[in-house]
Amino acid sequence: MSDKERFPATRYGLAERHMAESLVEIERRTLEENKECECRDGMFNGLTRRGVLMGGVAIGSSALAGRRAMAEAPPGAIEYYVQPDPTKEQGRVILDDGGYGSRSQFENEVRWRYPTASLDSSWSMTPLASGQGMLTPSGLHFERHHAGIPAIDPRTHELILHGMVDQPLRFTIDDLKRLPAVSKIHFIECSGNGLTEWAKPTLKTVQGTHGLTSTSEWTGVRLSTLLEMAGVQDTAAWILAEGADAAVMTRSVPIDKAMDDAIVAYAQNGEALRPEQGYPLRLLLPGYEGNTHIKWLRRLDVSDRPFMTREETSKYTDLMPDGTARLFSLEMEAKSVITFPSGAMKLPRAGFYEVTGIAWSGRGNISKVEVSVDGGATWQEAALDGPVLPKCHTRFRLPWVWTGEEAVLQSRAVDETGYVQPTLEQLVEVRGLKSVYHLNAIQSWHVAPDGEVTNVHA
Amino acid sequence: MFTRNLTIICAMGALAGPALAQEGERTAAALPETLEETGERAPAAVPQSSAESVGDIAPADNAYGVGQPATEEEIAAIDIDVMPDGRGLLEGSGTYAEGEELYEAICAACHGSDMMGVSELGAPQLIGGRGTLASDNPVKTVESYWPYASTFFDYTHRAMPMTAPGSLTTDEVYAISAYVLGRAGITGSEPDAMLDAASMAEVEMPNSDGFVSDPRPDVGE
Repeated sequence: MSDKERFPATRYGLAERHMAESLVEIERRTLEENKECECRDGMFNGLTRRGVLMGGVAIGSSALAGRRAMAEAPPGAIEYYVQPDPTKEQGRVILDDGGYGSRSQFENEVRWRYPTASLDSSWSMTPLASGQGMLTPSGLHFERHHAGIPAIDPRTHELILHGMVDQPLRFTIDDLKRLPAVSKIHFIECSGNGLTEWAKPTLKTVQGTHGLTSTSEWTGVRLSTLLEMAGVQDTAAWILAEGADAAVMTRSVPIDKAMDDAIVAYAQNGEALRPEQGYPLRLLLPGYEGNTHIKWLRRLDVSDRPFMTREETSKYTDLMPDGTARLFSLEMEAKSVITFPSGAMKLPRAGFYEVTGIAWSGRGNISKVEVSVDGGATWQEAALDGPVLPKCHTRFRLPWVWTGEEAVLQSRAVDETGYVQPTLEQLVEVRGLKSVYHLNAIQSWHVAPDGEVTNVHA
Repeated sequence: MFTRNLTIICAMGALAGPALAQEGERTAAALPETLEETGERAPAAVPQSSAESVGDIAPADNAYGVGQPATEEEIAAIDIDVMPDGRGLLEGSGTYAEGEELYEAICAACHGSDMMGVSELGAPQLIGGRGTLASDNPVKTVESYWPYASTFFDYTHRAMPMTAPGSLTTDEVYAISAYVLGRAGITGSEPDAMLDAASMAEVEMPNSDGFVSDPRPDVGE
């Protein structure tokens, strides 16, 4: 078969045909070269990018080389042939990656797993230092799993709503997608965010100190819609949400919250939820601590009292100095952090830097963020990127000229209720050092004269 | 130590990996089909309501002809939660002696025969720690911290053991509860000390009065 028949002009443009022909030619040469090799285990065994280049065929992209080098490319990227001058040869063919897309091979941000003893019950943190704007890419959204990530077939997954309702209901994922939907942009923050930082600065980067918060657009059915369909009885006060993972994770939620802005979400950032974010269904409780946003949601049980599950009694409770512990600290209070410059960075020399970071509040909008470059002695109001949305990351920015002298960078958020983000000293004075969760204190980054940025308590 | 290592290996074996077990059976979506003539990708199928009959549709009154009633059997099959007042506790019983045998066979590899936990497995200490919560080194265990016995039953039943979550029978969970709470000095430690639905709901935990509701904002102007 000639290449003309194989790649007819009706279906292949000139450049595409040229590339396709090139690929056939490379394959032929490679097979020729490896004829004697007994250890061949694949069609392109032994083919390297160098081999492709030495083959002398100019191809704009190399799916072959890309596949070969995938293990070396950062996760989510394919290592493509880099053209010496991209204006002098065609780029790689469209849909080379299969039609889903991949990030640049030159970008390498990844989630980082906190080294818990168990791999099943662990968490990974968002690389906030390189984050831009207010959204978190789905693949970088922080994770917290108590029993691994289940792979669930959406065709067999169901949600049952029962308890103190007039009519218990059962929904397939298809059912839920037929109901009126909403899309909302909200942060989720694990209440354990920063738990290493109470007593002394421990982790070095903003990913380690603050990476358990992320923002996505979430789409789904309002929980109030489902509750109204079922008919909530007058005695109802709480609702249990339960996941279909091996932890069969459960949390109790006040019915008022369920009726207010809770979402039974099946989509994140314009596509189906990622498996690690609860595919095919999760609960979204805007502003509430992350653990309550039950993933892999399978059951909702309406009751008159909280269920006092393991996660809301033995965990996610804040132990106070007097030995009592606080239950149901559900709303995440206003918090902010400077993401640039931040820990373990090194400023190359004195000069202009835009100080930037994120602020958020579980009680509504961020109304103001102030930045200090002198450890809290003086404050300047930062600019907020719009739109400023309730219960959502808000990006702030402040121009800064670093003179090359020692500096301590801090940010302080104020939300629409007038609540001011506290200092660590203020928090510790009330709560002591044993409460583990809900640390929302002002973060300090020390900039040394040599430009080294470190995590400090100031 | 051997059994402990065995547990780690078993736990690793239990981790879900690529779909080896389901070879031959398709467990992933196929690419969207292409349409005739234009060759475009077909859009996803329109979601179909599971409702057998659409009935009266009145969106303004929350009637959409979508979903279906959940039957008592369907609810009972997954309704496993247990509340502090004993609601949800299933029929059954178990003794301290039965629990001891079960604990040694199923739980001890991770939590230790002494119930002190094994930190490298992430398995927490279960007993001890009473009176430490206000100290500089609080030890939070079932005995010292958990406010309700129902929570222990509920969690053990739904999520333990780690290598086979949800595999314990109701009687086994009562027995293990009797043994652990007995060792904690909360319920009896005679071999025939027994727990069932009625007695479980009556168990008073040492730290039942140790919790307060969220007083925040407690800091911040």
